[in-house]
Amino acid sequence: MYRFLLAVLRRDLTLAARRRGDWLIAQFFFVMVASLFPLGVGPEPAMLARIGPGVLWVAATLASLLSLSRLFADDHRDGSLEHMVLSPEPTVLLVLGKSLAHWLIYGIPLLLIAPVLGLQFNLSWEAILVLDLSLLLGTPILSLLGGVGAALTLGLRGGGVLLTLLILPLYVPALIFGAGAVDGVMAGTGAEAHLSLLGAFFVLSLMIAPWIAAAALRVSLE
Amino acid sequence: MNLYTYASPANFYTLAGRLIPWFAWGAGILTLWGLYIAFFLAPTDFQQSEAYRIIFIHVPAAWMSMFIYLVMAFWGAIGLAFNTRLSFMMARALAPTGAMFTFVALWTGAWWGKPMWGAWWVWDARLTSELILLFLYVGIIALWAAIDDIKRGDRAGSLLTLIGSINVPIIYFSVKWWNTLHQGASVSVTKAPSMAAIMLQGMLILSIAAWLYTIAVVLVRVRRIILERERQTEWVKALLEKES
Repeated sequence: MYRFLLAVLRRDLTLAARRRGDWLIAQFFFVMVASLFPLGVGPEPAMLARIGPGVLWVAATLASLLSLSRLFADDHRDGSLEHMVLSPEPTVLLVLGKSLAHWLIYGIPLLLIAPVLGLQFNLSWEAILVLDLSLLLGTPILSLLGGVGAALTLGLRGGGVLLTLLILPLYVPALIFGAGAVDGVMAGTGAEAHLSLLGAFFVLSLMIAPWIAAAALRVSLE
Repeated sequence: MNLYTYASPANFYTLAGRLIPWFAWGAGILTLWGLYIAFFLAPTDFQQSEAYRIIFIHVPAAWMSMFIYLVMAFWGAIGLAFNTRLSFMMARALAPTGAMFTFVALWTGAWWGKPMWGAWWVWDARLTSELILLFLYVGIIALWAAIDDIKRGDRAGSLLTLIGSINVPIIYFSVKWWNTLHQGASVSVTKAPSMAAIMLQGMLILSIAAWLYTIAVVLVRVRRIILERERQTEWVKALLEKES
């Protein structure tokens, strides 16, 4: 069972390593969206620090959506997805492995870039630390729930836009608690409450999302 | 009599046709009665003056917006579990009415919020989660619209409904869990309502009217869906020949 999970993971990581240009797009998208805000609302450091956590979190959700529409699409196009679903191994593990690979490819670089952007937004070191912590807990949620959306919209015309419409409402709790944790540190009330809720939401998504996504994948491939 | 008889679209079609007038007339009469209470019998509120009267529309609409979503999730789950055709048709027929009630709840809430809070909209927990409910309805309807294959569309929409149903308890309990600007529940099962009896009466009558209206509209819509999907079958052909 674990060997299947590892095999899916290794395969997706290898494919991503062969096509470096693809996954760098999402990271640059993250940086660009975040950089548009100081240009749009003005460069006052106090205001940037105020809106920074929210802006970075919104940019992170959008960047994950950008890459999610291709989570299953490439494998679907060349037919390998059907073979993997038809194999005796559980589809839940396939979805879990793909979501995990997505998080490793898109989530981890996001964690490395976010502190730099945090400095641009004039956040304190303490706030930047909590921002990274909240992204560490929160970006796996985005990958897991996004897997459901990617499976539901597999092969549809206009699938990318539809995916955004379906999945953004589900992302809202992660966004609220994630940005709330950083706001809590800056306001002096502490981040524990928000981080605990974010952790609970992560566990909940881990329990539910792979099963729903696996069912959705089977529906889409019928 | 076996209730499962009506799980067959053909039998349900005739049953629904017979039930619709009752629910429609009931909804119409109760709406008029409820509105009469709301505008002529209910006294002016000493704190909120005349503007409070919007709750007679707002509260039933908000209740229905959440309840219809749960019913949709219920039919979706039944359909996924037992593979019954009619359940998916019910889920599809419910969605537009649910979205409409969500929109009405948000809109009337804004009209009430302007004189009471001085703002059309505030980003508090209950308003935000109700807005997310509207987004969920829109997303589900959009997913159904995008998938041409009926069977795949049914299942995909039901899965999305199920995963979104976590939002409904969050809306309902948001005024308890968070300290929000939106006032707490005025009516609850466990304690006496915090409003005059005649106001409560008007609100409950309008809620029942909203129920009957929903049932009537959904039955009309489900009959259309049945005809559309079963157009190849003998009974639909016989029915259409008889009517033409």
